[in-house]
Amino acid sequence: MTQRLQATTLAVLGTLLAAMVLTGCGGGDDGGDKLSGEIQIAGSSTVYPISMAMAEEFSKLHPNVKVSVSSTGTGGGFKNFFIPGKTDINDASRPIKSSEVDKCREKGIEPIELTVGIDALSMVANKESNWTDSMTFAQLKRIWGPDNPPAKWNEVDASWPDAKLELYGPASTSGTFDYFTETVIGKGGAHRSDYHKTEHDNVIVQGIQGNKYALGYFGFAYYVSNKDKIKAMAIDGGKGPVKPSLANAQSGAYPLSRPLFIYVSSKALDKPHVKAFVEFYIRKSATELVSQVGYVPITDAQMTGNLAKIGVK
Amino acid sequence: MAVSQDTPAPAAGFTQSRVGHGKDWLLLVVCLLSTCIGGVALFTLLAYVLVDAAGWLDWQFLTSTTSRFPEKAGIFPALVGSIYMAALLIPPAMVLGIGAAVYLTEYARANKLTKFININIANLAGVPSVVWGLLGLGLFIQLFGMRYGTLLVGSLTMTLLILPVIIIASQEAIKAVPDSLRQAAFGMGATRWQTISRVVLPRALPGILTGTVLSLARALGETAPLIMIGVPTAVFATPGGVRDKFTSMTMQLFSWSDYPQPEFQYGVLAAGVVTLLVVLLSLNALAIYLRHRFQNRHG
Amino acid sequence: MESIETAEASLDLTQGVHPWRERLVRSAAFLCAAITVLTTGGIIAVLLVNAAEFFAEWSVWDFLTGTKWSPAIQPVEYGVLPLVWGTMVITLGSALIALPLGVAAAVYLSEYARPKVRAVVKPYLEILAGVPTVVYGYFALVYVTPALKTVFPTISTFNTLSASIVVGIMIIPFVASISEDAIRAVPKSLRMAGYGLGASKFSVVIRVVIPAAFSGIIASFILALSRAIGETMAVTIAAGQTPRLASIFNLEETFLRPAETMTAAMVNIGMSDVTGDSLAYRSLFAIGLVLFFMTFAMNILGSWVTSRFREKYE
Repeated sequence: MTQRLQATTLAVLGTLLAAMVLTGCGGGDDGGDKLSGEIQIAGSSTVYPISMAMAEEFSKLHPNVKVSVSSTGTGGGFKNFFIPGKTDINDASRPIKSSEVDKCREKGIEPIELTVGIDALSMVANKESNWTDSMTFAQLKRIWGPDNPPAKWNEVDASWPDAKLELYGPASTSGTFDYFTETVIGKGGAHRSDYHKTEHDNVIVQGIQGNKYALGYFGFAYYVSNKDKIKAMAIDGGKGPVKPSLANAQSGAYPLSRPLFIYVSSKALDKPHVKAFVEFYIRKSATELVSQVGYVPITDAQMTGNLAKIGVK
Repeated sequence: MAVSQDTPAPAAGFTQSRVGHGKDWLLLVVCLLSTCIGGVALFTLLAYVLVDAAGWLDWQFLTSTTSRFPEKAGIFPALVGSIYMAALLIPPAMVLGIGAAVYLTEYARANKLTKFININIANLAGVPSVVWGLLGLGLFIQLFGMRYGTLLVGSLTMTLLILPVIIIASQEAIKAVPDSLRQAAFGMGATRWQTISRVVLPRALPGILTGTVLSLARALGETAPLIMIGVPTAVFATPGGVRDKFTSMTMQLFSWSDYPQPEFQYGVLAAGVVTLLVVLLSLNALAIYLRHRFQNRHG
Repeated sequence: MESIETAEASLDLTQGVHPWRERLVRSAAFLCAAITVLTTGGIIAVLLVNAAEFFAEWSVWDFLTGTKWSPAIQPVEYGVLPLVWGTMVITLGSALIALPLGVAAAVYLSEYARPKVRAVVKPYLEILAGVPTVVYGYFALVYVTPALKTVFPTISTFNTLSASIVVGIMIIPFVASISEDAIRAVPKSLRMAGYGLGASKFSVVIRVVIPAAFSGIIASFILALSRAIGETMAVTIAAGQTPRLASIFNLEETFLRPAETMTAAMVNIGMSDVTGDSLAYRSLFAIGLVLFFMTFAMNILGSWVTSRFREKYE
């Protein structure tokens, strides 16, 4: 009896072990590719799709370079991973803070800032919201700001309907939120608090679809993937209403365009495979690879500038 | 996760209830319905997922890496990562778990220290998963300086997470071994360790194994601790060693649920859920098989 | 009848006995057990060290009694009560589902089911607990909430009812399994005494068996509730991120709207864009500390109840 049990246990463990070894040996041939090593990326969940797409393409070209991307949030990424030297690149949806720069330098790391894309923050509403197709900064500030936030549409503009505003937006602890409060409302953290908060932008889409009087905001990627379900307001930042689009964001005409960054560790750049990856990243961020994930690619001028920063002509 | 030994049915003859009274029928119906509701609910949800997964769950899905394109996305590195992590859990969890259980049931005197340890273990079994992640972050990554998001840190953290349950299950299994067997062994002059290793443990092994397998299933289903220890959501190679980064199926699902394209939410995600559930159900089935197979030998 | 001859046959005492080996084994086993104590110490240390940094800037009193949780929206406040409320609502909601269903299932399994049926039903119940929590969260968001919308048209996309339902389903096995063990432990003689007096099955179950198994059933409740309190991913996905405090008697406000639990708040801060060195980031450890002590208290309560009310069968 004991022997059978022992035999079965051994068989099970043995199979598991064999499976491990076999799958581990799936290295395959690399066609003589000399680049190998690890690249570790962490940080903002907003920039994550770009880094992930870059890693995806780079891994196909260089199978021996193992790229891993974690979505930890910009701040957590800096503190827990980038500054202690555990990651080579930190994705960031906001510029690095000076306190964070100081801490990097204390550890002998120089963070190199590279713009890798632009997000056209979209203000979205239900498709049947026919009372307006555009909104001004002033109106947005009135709707979303913390001072006496209006409960109904017509409190903001008398020609708008007498119906309750159903608002959806990012939870406060996010780069999108930070950008919106600083740019539209004018002060970080200044935001009304009675709205549906979520980090799941897909849910905002559902919420807006389900309610004629709903209004929300999120990154361009979620608008463009759901264009048939929701509509985006044109934003008037003082120069007339501009609809969110890749072209408008790239030209700077769209007022709610925010740059997306990666910060590369100077120490990591010394490694050839990291430098190759960053160069690949910079070049590709001027192509449609970025628009495939819903952001605006950088201009060729920005690309050249970035390449110079890492020492490539 | 409660693992209880199957004791023989008491008074099997008493299932012939005195069904004369209406209340008796009512009780039976209520109890039967209650037993079924949970299952029916789950079954419905599973059916929905299967329908959504149709067309997305195919060989390509199982053998590809993740991608920004839903049609190209696959679960392979995550599947392998999860299995590796589970396999790595087995030796330390079993050794520590059985060791602790043996100490607590066979060696420890019934004093305050033992009581304290038992209460502590029961408490640990209820600690929320996210707190285990914080322990992994603070202890292994920050204090010991290990690399984040690797199989090593992941399996160490998860070992600690499932250890209390394995200890409790093993204790139950060991306690269920009749004392008469121990006495018989002592009567023949065996030492305590001989008794444990040659009499008690072999008989307790089925229960211990069941507990271990079910704990592995739990470990495979956890997400929060892995998030806290920085497990990546995009890796494009399977881990080659314990110090390599890995991702798990749960992390991959969690990440996919946030992608903007609806196809990720309703197609890819569903396929991933079905894959994960198949792996888990297999483990559960293994546990049931083990329990049945080796139980009936002891009468 | 156990086979003693098996024990005999496998004992080979001709091998030499080393006294030191006995002590070595005992010490090794003790070390294994000691690791669990060290683990608890580790958890408390990690939580305390970071929470202490938080409490250096935001008083413990304000934290424990504050009614607004707003880590980033001005005015910034760290009052944990809304998070506790959110946790309690979901725990209550899931308890309303799991406790009655679980006990009823336990009664069915021990009083009615034939051994063959039992052999099928028990594992299937365990499967309910085996489904990963992230899957339950996904189910809640993608399938349960739309279904609830047909019954409650005003329900929000994120709501506590949906989360309560899936968490309830998830913890049924805890209640059922342990209650069933407790019910089975009630000796035949008590039941037979009841039948002998002419009582119906209904009476015997309700008035004899369940009261006798009471302490075990309560213990199962406490274990299940403990699990519901600590539930992380399902509520993070399904219940949303809007920390609120409302009157529990206002059913609509309580169940049809979103709420943030302690565990969800921790995950959301941990994954968010707050600066790593900030007060907001450290608040997550303060929440963790509260959570740890809550589940600790529940477990102590559980073992006290078990030992206090345990029926002694002679």
